[in-house]
Amino acid sequence: MSYMTINGKKIEFRSGETIVEAAQKAGIYIPTLCHLPRSGHGDVCRICSVEVKGQDRFLPACSTHAEEGMCIETETPALIALRKHILTTILAEGRHDCFMRAIPNSKSPYQIAAMNMPHREHACPSDGRCELQTLVLKYQIPVKDIVPEEGDFVLDNKHPMITRDFSRCIQCGRCASACNAIQVNEAIPSQFGRRAEKENWLPLVNYDNCTHCGECLQVCPTGALSAKKAYGLSTKKDELIKIRTTCPYCGVGCQQELLVKEGRIIEVNGVADAEPNLGRLCVKGRFGYDFIYSKDRLTTPLIRQEDGSFKSASWDEALELIATKFTDTIEKYGADSVAGVSCSRSINEDSYQMQKLFRSIFKTNNIDNCART
Amino acid sequence: MTNSFAHVRDAKMVFLLGSNITEAHPVAATFLKQAVRNGCRLIVADPRRTGIAKLAETHLQLKVGSDIALLNAIMQVIIEENLYDKAYVEKNTEGFENLKKTVAAYTPEMASPICGIPAGVIAQVARDLASVQPAMLAYTLGITEHTCGVNNVFSCASLQMLLGNVGHPLGGVNPLRGQNNVQGACDMGALPKIFPGYEKVADAEARKKFEKFWNVKDLPSKNGIMMPDMLEGLPTKKIRAFYIFGENIANTEPDIRHIESCLASAEFLVVQDLFHNETSKFAHVILPSAAWSEDDGTFTNSERRVSRVRTASKAPGQAMPNWWIFKELAAKLGHNWKSNSSQEIWDNEVSVVAANIAGIKYSRLEGDGLQWPCTDPNHEGTTVLHKEGAFARGKGLFTPAQWTPPAEVADKEYPFVLSTGRRLYHYHTRTQTGRCEGLNTLLPHETADISPIDAERLGIAQGETIRASSRRGSVDVIAKITPDMPEGLVWMAFHFRENNANWLTNPAFDPISQTAEYKACAIKIEKIIK
Repeated sequence: MSYMTINGKKIEFRSGETIVEAAQKAGIYIPTLCHLPRSGHGDVCRICSVEVKGQDRFLPACSTHAEEGMCIETETPALIALRKHILTTILAEGRHDCFMRAIPNSKSPYQIAAMNMPHREHACPSDGRCELQTLVLKYQIPVKDIVPEEGDFVLDNKHPMITRDFSRCIQCGRCASACNAIQVNEAIPSQFGRRAEKENWLPLVNYDNCTHCGECLQVCPTGALSAKKAYGLSTKKDELIKIRTTCPYCGVGCQQELLVKEGRIIEVNGVADAEPNLGRLCVKGRFGYDFIYSKDRLTTPLIRQEDGSFKSASWDEALELIATKFTDTIEKYGADSVAGVSCSRSINEDSYQMQKLFRSIFKTNNIDNCART
Repeated sequence: MTNSFAHVRDAKMVFLLGSNITEAHPVAATFLKQAVRNGCRLIVADPRRTGIAKLAETHLQLKVGSDIALLNAIMQVIIEENLYDKAYVEKNTEGFENLKKTVAAYTPEMASPICGIPAGVIAQVARDLASVQPAMLAYTLGITEHTCGVNNVFSCASLQMLLGNVGHPLGGVNPLRGQNNVQGACDMGALPKIFPGYEKVADAEARKKFEKFWNVKDLPSKNGIMMPDMLEGLPTKKIRAFYIFGENIANTEPDIRHIESCLASAEFLVVQDLFHNETSKFAHVILPSAAWSEDDGTFTNSERRVSRVRTASKAPGQAMPNWWIFKELAAKLGHNWKSNSSQEIWDNEVSVVAANIAGIKYSRLEGDGLQWPCTDPNHEGTTVLHKEGAFARGKGLFTPAQWTPPAEVADKEYPFVLSTGRRLYHYHTRTQTGRCEGLNTLLPHETADISPIDAERLGIAQGETIRASSRRGSVDVIAKITPDMPEGLVWMAFHFRENNANWLTNPAFDPISQTAEYKACAIKIEKIIK
């Protein structure tokens, strides 16, 4: 183990760790915006700048490796002034109106439409969990005084599940790195260099390469990318419960974090750093959840009538009928005249119960599952 | 999988067979794509030029169903040129002479016309595979969905043992399971020959153990039958009462017309599911299930990792958890099962009676889960099976196989080979993904994927509705002309009812696994004359 000092506190770090990673482990907060762990992406926004003793300039903590004996300050007046300047610039460049800023003609048609949706409490779908908003509050930026820059903004509403409102995009490049470095789809051209140095770069999608995995949506720090299925549903942090679960589709078993409001899933993300998927999901894992709310769901047991139609029944009736039919069949034709197929998409406990039913009560091993397809 | 998904990230070489990984296991594919970017060498064997094949240093675009010929030829070169891991083979395996004898006839020149791959390329791939140790082998249903599926798997295992690649973190034989809980359903004993934990029903000691544990007498000793035989048993009255839990058999099994006639002849059919589907039409009783996220439980993924599933929503109406339905049915039959939640079933039954997961309790599954074998409460789980070549059965057994062609091959009347599988945006028969907003927009209909050469020869235009027919049925389907398809091959999925590939597929099965030959049957395609 190696050691360095942050804000007068001695902390240990492992070789290869960045200053941000080492600080996080030691419980020291350094703000980040553009930084995307596990992608190598950072050093775009400079919000994570820190003072390193012996260096005549600030260093980006997200992309500078920790070194033995480093002596670091993270919240000096000069750093705070720099961060305020960066945040002020970002606010002026976009249409970030979450603090009820009076920006004349600030709303894009999309924002106006979104505000008029039922239950929509605010124009920005990220209000309450936006990383930019959090920093603006933390550094107490006087938002009212910021004069917005002139400019038009692009809205990409083509995608069936994701809206891209570039009036809220801060050009941090996270979505591009999520697409290129993490999902390796190369559907969003990367930017290089810092925000201040690039010209009008926008993370526009080349839909020919897009697999619609929504990794970009997951990593967006602001409300620029938003999930259409969450329209009209508040996404405020304190109203949402996070539930960790496992994806029900293929055999990879990705770990999902469900954002749930009053018993309804409103968004699905990957669980950061979790095995086996390290926070990644695919299009089905992220967007394939709302079948459970379909109006087509079976809601009562059904028994077929003489005329072929189905009639609702109580559990008692339905189970009684099954018990009688299976018992009669076994009595008449033997235990091996009944058979069952379990579900290889349902939980282990369900399959265990079904084979136990067939073996221990029906006394047959005619139990299989649909694993071969 | 003998290994873990984490190992793919650091792999030095991967040999991927019959796996359209970017569509069927998209997140696993991201790790493989990253590995390739970081210098991992990749060899892909697939009849189609899939997304991952485009990233491979060598794409073996073999003919459908020629895998054993290819693998035998690769092994022949490796043995002939003394490139195999002699120390590993000697120390950890048995049956090498047998393998050597079988593969001796499969020179690259002999295999070349069977596989449709130049002999030189086969020999070069053999040398490439032998040049990196350990190398990882992974496969999906392109290997198993054949009448020779089990032999395909044996051949994959033989190659990896020959190269000394089994038992290393970056090696192994790795089937990517197609469904989320294929591994788990098998682990739980939902198979005709085994109890939970893979103890055999034919074993008297095992039966005694389960009789005591379940407090019952006379557990049946005779192996049960597998699903294809169950279905065949319906019209012959061998099976008179049939219970289908969570599968739309009328769409997923080969030869829909025949399957539906089987289902229609069932004397008594129970269907337990989320929705009405093509199978529930034939049911006498339909039971409404709670869905994913409406119940607590566990799934076991391809790498044997047991992970928690948790409740987020309440099931609608009177829909109930499946374990509860089975428990209540048991009660109707006079058996009072004590466990009254998924956790109680797992903690008090499954993990008590199945030795290889005895160390896994719900209290240990809060984080990333545990990979079995995990035999005691302090066991950290197992990321690599057969570690260092110490095989579970003692020595790794080479089981050589002769190549056999698919049960139905192209002929004059049906000159195309149809191969089938899944696409990215839907899952199986779309009972779920078809009800998810957005996914239908991304893939609104089925297509028959064909090569530009065939399209030109038959005068078929992009997007034109054509007719695809086999000896079993016929569907009208939109043609998708793509250079990723080789001449003579048609590819379709089973997501949409009206042009489901299973109207055409051949109900021929592997004699051991009874897996259907979804990957190969003979069809014709033609323009529709109005």
